[in-house]
Amino acid sequence: MAELYITKKDSSKIIKYNKGKMCWERIKHFLKELIQCHTAFLGAIIVLSFILIAIFAPFIAPHDPLKASIINRLQPPFWIDGGNINYLLGADEIGRDILSRIIYGSRVSILVGLVTVGISGFIGTLLGSFAGYYRGRFDATLSRFADLLLSFPYLIFAIFLMSIVGPGFFNLIVILCFKSWVNFFRLSRGEMISEKTKEYVEAAQALGVSDLKIIFKEILPNIIHSILVLATLRVGYFIILEASLSFLGLGIQPPTPAWGSMINAGRAYMLSSWWVSTIPGIALLILVLSINLLGEGLRDILDPRLKLE
Amino acid sequence: MKGIKILERILIVIPTMLAIAILVFVLMRMMPGDPVDKMMGESGNVSIEEIQALEKEFHLDLPLFEQLKIFITGIFHGDLGVSFQERKPVWNIIIERLPATIELALGALIFSLIVAIPIGVISAVKQNSLIDRLGMAFAFLGISAPAFWLGIVLIIIFAVNLNILPVYGRSIFAYKPVHITGMYVLDSILSRNWLALKDSLRHLILPSISLGAAQAAVITRILRSSMLEVLRADYVTLARTKGLSEYIVITRHALRNALIPTVTVIGLQIGMLLGGNMIIETIFGWPGLGRLVVTSIFNRDFPVIQGAVMLYALIYVTANLIVDILYTYLNPRTTL
Repeated sequence: MAELYITKKDSSKIIKYNKGKMCWERIKHFLKELIQCHTAFLGAIIVLSFILIAIFAPFIAPHDPLKASIINRLQPPFWIDGGNINYLLGADEIGRDILSRIIYGSRVSILVGLVTVGISGFIGTLLGSFAGYYRGRFDATLSRFADLLLSFPYLIFAIFLMSIVGPGFFNLIVILCFKSWVNFFRLSRGEMISEKTKEYVEAAQALGVSDLKIIFKEILPNIIHSILVLATLRVGYFIILEASLSFLGLGIQPPTPAWGSMINAGRAYMLSSWWVSTIPGIALLILVLSINLLGEGLRDILDPRLKLE
Repeated sequence: MKGIKILERILIVIPTMLAIAILVFVLMRMMPGDPVDKMMGESGNVSIEEIQALEKEFHLDLPLFEQLKIFITGIFHGDLGVSFQERKPVWNIIIERLPATIELALGALIFSLIVAIPIGVISAVKQNSLIDRLGMAFAFLGISAPAFWLGIVLIIIFAVNLNILPVYGRSIFAYKPVHITGMYVLDSILSRNWLALKDSLRHLILPSISLGAAQAAVITRILRSSMLEVLRADYVTLARTKGLSEYIVITRHALRNALIPTVTVIGLQIGMLLGGNMIIETIFGWPGLGRLVVTSIFNRDFPVIQGAVMLYALIYVTANLIVDILYTYLNPRTTL
């Protein structure tokens, strides 16, 4: 059985380099390019830091995020009059340390982002690849269904479903995945349709390679780049969406720290204690910003001519 | 051939809307919580007769299929039912609130265009300059900042600390303009009420910025990348060799073509603007459709939810349809 290894990039330098190289050498090459691209590198470092902070939260957080202390309620951050070093970023409306809650809240955001994109990316890519390859009624019904799902504004849909199944982490993931697979579906389907017209597929078919093998071993490695870039960019989007739902009270329920609900809780104290709302938002901003930087950098590295929606 | 395809696309809207109606109907009935209970204020001490009377009035005692039939036939007559909470026809409630939402969406769109088009064009023309890098940094920030947080921060900065802009609402009651279209800015211009104009603009700025920042970021990036592509094209080089001033080359030749993909994106954003402003409306106390939907979902006010969601879906689907059709005319190489 002949195995064809043809990479998508047709710059000859890359083919010459990658031809016959071992897997880990390719990874080394990729990492070298990543370091050279400043923005992507910065994004990657920050994202990694957040992930480490989330994992080692119990060791890093100065206080227990759930411990309320009414004496210290609404204390300002340490650089403002009235604040002390004990509560570095201030305390919220029932005296919980904001810094600790931000550290623990990063767990929720990162987990939601990664898991949602992982599951919906997997399902969407799988369905899209099969739909794009085989076409026919399977493709037609799935595409219609996908269009139907897309005609709802996302937030309303999410609010609806959360009202039905109730809040909670697992429900949140399911509902977020419910609609997000569509983007991956459309991307992989489109790429599959355009790749299928190329000659290497025809060659593989002529050689008698089975359909499944063609999809997974020939075509998928070529389209995985655009899917990866889309996945990275969607993580940030889902983190914001989760924060929005928590903001409305429909996502992660208190007292579990989640950045969205922290911002919502601070709304009542906007006029006097601005830090309760603002500071969790800054954390959210930094995380999503670095994820987007990383995604952009990945797009530049993996294929500078790639155009996504 | 093209005409038939367009007709096909338009006709598909009807079964889509029908499917959405059924979907919404089913989803709502699956929600826990009894609408009659909420209607009675959840007091718990009501008689069985009252409950039954209410159920009869709102057709809640009929089997589900009957209720669905009433709903769907009602749509074709323009009768969306009566709100559980306010006892007013749903259509009236929606029409009351719709101008506020449209005004907010338009405000956000105008803001994003005012910001995005100059920055996108200049970034492309002077690629890799300081302006370009700053513009792209701003675009990144715009996409990464959640709109609701941005709204809160803007309120804190401008309304609380600097005290130059109002905190919430559409206008101060004394300055409310005469009701012509329902959109305060438009009405004040039409009735030459300049005090009302200033007041309603002051109330419109912050929500528009919060909602429009993300849109501005997206439009900037798309405009920049399509301008970059267009500026390398042959006809632009030709225009330059003809001796035309750089300004005319950019605006008359390059920008026009670069705007084509941008218009597509803007069209899709309109659908999203109208659908995604629930949170902004809640933060700024803006009496629009979004807030109506959220409160109705919490109150289990089925007719209002059905009507509002149907309207949203219709706007979304129509916006997508118009964008698709427009795109085939602007770019002859694409087909529907």
